[in-house]
Amino acid sequence: MAVRRLHTEQPEGFAFSKANLAWAKKEIGKYPKGRQASAVISLLWRAQEQEGWVTEPAIRVVADMLDMPYIRVLEVATFYTMFHLAPVGRKAHVQVCGTTPCMLRGAEDLVAVCKRRIAEQPHEVSADGDFSWEEVECLGACVNAPMVQIFSDTYEDLTPKTFEAVLDAFASGDQPQPGPQVERMSSAPEGEWTTLVELPQKAQDSKPRKAQAASDKDETEHPPPDSPKARKQRKARPKENDKPESEAARTPGKAQGATKPAKRKAKAADTPKNGKKGT
Amino acid sequence: MLADKDRIFTNIYGQDDWRLKGAMRRGAWSNTKDILAHGHDWVTEQVKASGLRGRGGAGFPTGLKWSFMPKEVGERPHYLVVNADESEPGTCKDRDIMRHEPHQLIEGCLIASFAMRAHACYIYVRGEFIRERERLQAAIDEAYEAGLIGKNNKNGWDFDCYVHHGAGAYICGEETALLESLEGKKGLPRLKPPFPANTGLYGCPTTVNNVESIAVVPEILRRGAPWFAALGKPNNTGTKLFCISGHVNRPCNVEEEMGIPFRELIERHAGGVRGGWDNLLAVIPGGSSVPCIPAETCQNLPMDFDSLREAKSGLGTAAVIVMDRSTDIVKAISRIAYFYKHESCGQCTPCREGTGWMWRVLERMAEGNAEKREIDMLLDVTYQVEGHTICALGDAAAWPVQGLIRHFRGEIERRIDQYTANAGAPMPAAAE
Repeated sequence: MAVRRLHTEQPEGFAFSKANLAWAKKEIGKYPKGRQASAVISLLWRAQEQEGWVTEPAIRVVADMLDMPYIRVLEVATFYTMFHLAPVGRKAHVQVCGTTPCMLRGAEDLVAVCKRRIAEQPHEVSADGDFSWEEVECLGACVNAPMVQIFSDTYEDLTPKTFEAVLDAFASGDQPQPGPQVERMSSAPEGEWTTLVELPQKAQDSKPRKAQAASDKDETEHPPPDSPKARKQRKARPKENDKPESEAARTPGKAQGATKPAKRKAKAADTPKNGKKGT
Repeated sequence: MLADKDRIFTNIYGQDDWRLKGAMRRGAWSNTKDILAHGHDWVTEQVKASGLRGRGGAGFPTGLKWSFMPKEVGERPHYLVVNADESEPGTCKDRDIMRHEPHQLIEGCLIASFAMRAHACYIYVRGEFIRERERLQAAIDEAYEAGLIGKNNKNGWDFDCYVHHGAGAYICGEETALLESLEGKKGLPRLKPPFPANTGLYGCPTTVNNVESIAVVPEILRRGAPWFAALGKPNNTGTKLFCISGHVNRPCNVEEEMGIPFRELIERHAGGVRGGWDNLLAVIPGGSSVPCIPAETCQNLPMDFDSLREAKSGLGTAAVIVMDRSTDIVKAISRIAYFYKHESCGQCTPCREGTGWMWRVLERMAEGNAEKREIDMLLDVTYQVEGHTICALGDAAAWPVQGLIRHFRGEIERRIDQYTANAGAPMPAAAE
């Protein structure tokens, strides 16, 4: 159990933006009549996306919208640990997964980077106000350990060096390419695949993937329409499938030997540049 | 080794199109209507005959669970709730299903809802999976647009599917805590009985199933229950997504046959133990909740529910955490103990107090700053927590510690000796 309290300094008030209000109405409509309380987590989450953290006025507004007693919404806000009850870094709030599978592969080194670059204590905002960090429990990407989550995206298969490159990109206002930071496709093994190599779809090669890369761009999902974070996210979507590097990894028997270290190095160096391209 | 033609998740790495078009090319939604035409009970019977056991950790037979739902819909509607609150350390399979095979899951939701006479399904996705739930929602929108789900859909069973999300609470993976959370409350597990099949979401008959359990159902029905039952071993049938993490050369997710020997699994798919097989120290075979197994036992260890239970561990979610000889095993288990301390909902005293107590003692033991009699005291505390709480989180917190003491008592004692030798007389530590 984590003891969590509201921040000592709270803003005067809170109001959902027009777009978020319309979205909230739709969200409440997902649940049967009289069960609108079910939407409490998603509304609080949207409030956090709008403001950067969950404020006390926001808790009251959400409670009024859902016809819930204030205390019930306060309970929810303090129980669920993804709700930030105090302001976080403007450019990035880094959540380092520290649970055993990530720890075995070097999560402690990532925490050391955070302590050195951001702040000694978790939840402490850096001097310039741009960054904050915390160690969180298992983020569910264990075969890509160690990893961090920054806002909506995960950065996986990190080393202290590639992690610093990711932080550098955020510092300069970019959004680096999410997903594995080594040459690898999602949760597939690095190098040659051991499964899914004899299926007919493998023979079709590049066509379907290209089609997908294009279609990924028009993904219709609802980012919080007017937070600055959302604008940034819209510009740079995770597009794990159109990484050209991954294609070599996917093709059995191809290209893993001598070229691999060089490629990987090039990619690590590329990361900030890729991010720039995205914005 | 499982042949590619027998794999259910053929796009698990996302190399192909996840959208409806790609999913249909791979076979999804191809004859859903014909499957439903056989009737509600036929579907349940087929799932029973396939021998499918729940993929969320407990391994309860899925068809049997479905059959607990009332046969007639009374005044209260029926609900299917899909547990996508995947947060067991080591486990990352449902994430891949949601982001790369969302249509298999949605089709499974329709079929399972039909079998249980439910017209609505909520998929509870863990809060951290933001991209995954966006992807899932996009796939659901596609299915609505194509008339595959929704009112008066092509498949002939009115069905609505909603994505709901949490906000970072491991405990919401427990089915009744998940229902509480879905109703807009703190995720505190409910006392059972009444069971969800009688009184679940909003007080209505509800079944909660894991993502993987639901997503494999369409393929089982398409190929026939005997096909699935022929894979694996009796009472442990079919295929399973294994998540291989930790000290292996190439960590990955892979779909394999149930009962595959541990050594074959990691050497074939994960590039073997870092530093070679002899460098293996221990394995946690089923997610952080199950006791670890030392290397000696691992040679011919079949990875299935029953064999692992015999080895005094469990298959759990098939999240294989490999630890080589460089691992500080006491610290590794202590970190797991911290996880449970952090994630205890605080409702039951043995768990709320016990998890913190176990973690603090283990932290001292990792340094050797303890007394040998405390090892048995710690073991005793685990038995006081286990089985004395509303939900299984207490058990899950106790088992890894029991596994550590069972197999690595010598290591703990060695550290205590070393610390004592360095520090002079042992310092009595305050009971916390």
